[in-house]
Amino acid sequence: MPFVPFLLFTDVLLWLLIAAVVFYAWYCSRRPHLAAPWKRVFQSKAAMVCSVVLFFFVVVGVLDSLHYRARLDGGAGYSPEVVSLLDRALSHLRELRERTYSAPLATRLYAKEQMQLDGKTVSDFPRLAHGGAHLASEAERPRDIAARIGLGLLCAAFAAVVLGLLVKRLQRRRPEVPWRAAGATLLVLFAVAFPVAFLAQGYHVLGTDKVGQDVLYQALKSIRVSLIIGTLTTLVLLPLGMALGVMAGYFKGWMDDAIQYLYTTLNSIPSVLLIAAAVLMMQVVIDRNADWFATAAQRADFRLLILCAILGLTSWTGLARLLRGEALKLSQLEYIQAAHAFGVADSRILSRHILPNVAHIVIIAMVMDFSGLVLAEAVLSYVGVGVDPATTSFGTMINAARLEMGREPIVWWSLAAAFVFMFVLVLAANLFADAVRDGFDPRVRMGFVPA
Amino acid sequence: MLAYILRRVLYAIPILIGVNLITFLLFFVVNTPDDMARMQLGTRRVTAEAIEKWKAEQGYDKPLLLNAKADGAGKLTQTIFYEKSVRLFAFDFGPAEDGRDIASEIRTRMWPSLALALPVLLVGLAVNITFAMLMAFFRATYLDFWGVVLCVAMMSISALFYIIGGQYVASKLWHLVPISGYAGGMDAGKFLVLPVLIGVIGGIGAGSRWYRTLFLEEMSRDYVRTARAKGLAESVVLFRHVLKNAMIPILTGVVVVVPLLFMGSLLTESFFGIPGLGSYTIDAIQAQDFAVVRSMVFIGSVLYILGLLLTDVSYTLVDPRIKLQ
Repeated sequence: MPFVPFLLFTDVLLWLLIAAVVFYAWYCSRRPHLAAPWKRVFQSKAAMVCSVVLFFFVVVGVLDSLHYRARLDGGAGYSPEVVSLLDRALSHLRELRERTYSAPLATRLYAKEQMQLDGKTVSDFPRLAHGGAHLASEAERPRDIAARIGLGLLCAAFAAVVLGLLVKRLQRRRPEVPWRAAGATLLVLFAVAFPVAFLAQGYHVLGTDKVGQDVLYQALKSIRVSLIIGTLTTLVLLPLGMALGVMAGYFKGWMDDAIQYLYTTLNSIPSVLLIAAAVLMMQVVIDRNADWFATAAQRADFRLLILCAILGLTSWTGLARLLRGEALKLSQLEYIQAAHAFGVADSRILSRHILPNVAHIVIIAMVMDFSGLVLAEAVLSYVGVGVDPATTSFGTMINAARLEMGREPIVWWSLAAAFVFMFVLVLAANLFADAVRDGFDPRVRMGFVPA
Repeated sequence: MLAYILRRVLYAIPILIGVNLITFLLFFVVNTPDDMARMQLGTRRVTAEAIEKWKAEQGYDKPLLLNAKADGAGKLTQTIFYEKSVRLFAFDFGPAEDGRDIASEIRTRMWPSLALALPVLLVGLAVNITFAMLMAFFRATYLDFWGVVLCVAMMSISALFYIIGGQYVASKLWHLVPISGYAGGMDAGKFLVLPVLIGVIGGIGAGSRWYRTLFLEEMSRDYVRTARAKGLAESVVLFRHVLKNAMIPILTGVVVVVPLLFMGSLLTESFFGIPGLGSYTIDAIQAQDFAVVRSMVFIGSVLYILGLLLTDVSYTLVDPRIKLQ
């Protein structure tokens, strides 16, 4: 085999999560009462637009979660470097490095260097090793760029025709879903992605960073970290918040007191400090047991996993409090009293009667938490308790770029790239979460609360 | 009332003990003092003597929970748990890793933090309520719709970008205010304008949207319908009746964070070089100064519990229907 697959901890969990989501979708689709709120969600234009955008991010993240080790050229053994399918697809971006900063679409480096020219030493901006290297003279650059953008737009236009036909068919089959909005969003994505893809063949579309790495590549790599933090954290948060919250509200008495005490205590510690303390401590554990990890990728991945676990352990309190209140209310209702009178066991009441009736709160909380977690990653990485410094994430990108704000002329492209990618991801997640809340919250549906 | 407050203060004690236990577990059980010493001294080529010396200097050379060598009460008091964790209850924080007294650092640093955080809170409150009122007044119009969209967009921008962008535009491009730094007394003004402004702008998205929801929820109540039925103008209904009633959730939401204002803001302070508790905490985290982090965790929880207590008291002040038992 030319490669061996390589599973990181977060990969495994992410794939399990995807499997769970697929199973949940299948489960819902066969039960009209579970599918109904999702149908309401996808009837809103905003939700449709956002899910298309989020789908793009998920595809990038998933491609980046299939890791493997390539066979070495000599044929004996495999490379120690773990790469993902995304790395493979973007190998020209990953491997073609410049010496240091260069502006987006530039042909020359950012800083002047001493060069030998016709036997004389001159100080000038040297040509880039790869960006625009195919050009015979730099005067061709504007035309070349325009041609590449034109070619990209042509492809997008071709895609538009196909999309138009597809949307028309879907619209006829399922008229209640806003296919047109989804199609338009996809078209906008194509109109951006195709030109960028063509440009990226010959230029650094978003420039290069201090060590000469392509910023577009870094931004695309950061997506996986954001998605992992936003989703895997909920894997820790949900079971804790659900179990403790529902149990406190249902059993009352000493159980309620104990659980309330636990979450008041955790809540009273400032969350950044608690996370910082926990991450610092785990870092010591990682350093002490360096032999647990065969590769640097595994070590960075373990730290990411730990970060998710810590974020989950420190943020389940909000959900638990919500669910406690809801379970307290539900346990007073007649149908639960009736179940008691029939002698139904507590475990059965909890699983059959309470949990399904708090499910909407859990789903709303899950999608609402996502954007906050993505933003938190950037802040934590800035503080120094986020992901491993070697991992590319939006936080580490911002952190590295921040120090360059004082330069003249300013190095803005790393920051701008991180800003745009994060903004689009978080905005889409926020709007999608709003649509989910409107679709699931019975109070909104009944018109008690304005959407 | 007094009995209630007393009971709440007593209830705070087990919570603080819990906080203490959690920090003790995190800092001393997950990692032994030896690990900490190695981290502080660098991992390579550390002699056992150097570690012992560091531990003795920092006072980490005692047993964790029970000192078998000491006698009498010393069995319990001459331990790391007593010296490092129990003493926090007396606000005795001991020295930081660099030898400076943590308590006196906190006393001098809390004022710049407050000077930054209090204006952000007050101005932010005024701005957010104004925007939320406007959106509620023009509800279900394009103004309201785009207002909400703008709020969500502003919520989606990381606080880091507000700070970096604000610093760049105001200080580097327009040279309006110094880029960072701090001075005591009246001079503090020019250093604080930009951080306060950025803090307010950064909070508009989430704040206005939340208050708008509160107002709209309040506007669907019966007394509002009654007021309209009496023929009151919409602006009177909104400002005289709705605003007053919505103040209850707003105020109580604000009161809980008031004590925490002393802790300062981590990001803003460290970006603008304001010598407050926020930047102190960040420096401690980055220098891995556990004594400071431990103290800040303890103070933070004390202030949070104080905030909860104040919230309950403020309920009775703004809403006479509520009686504390």
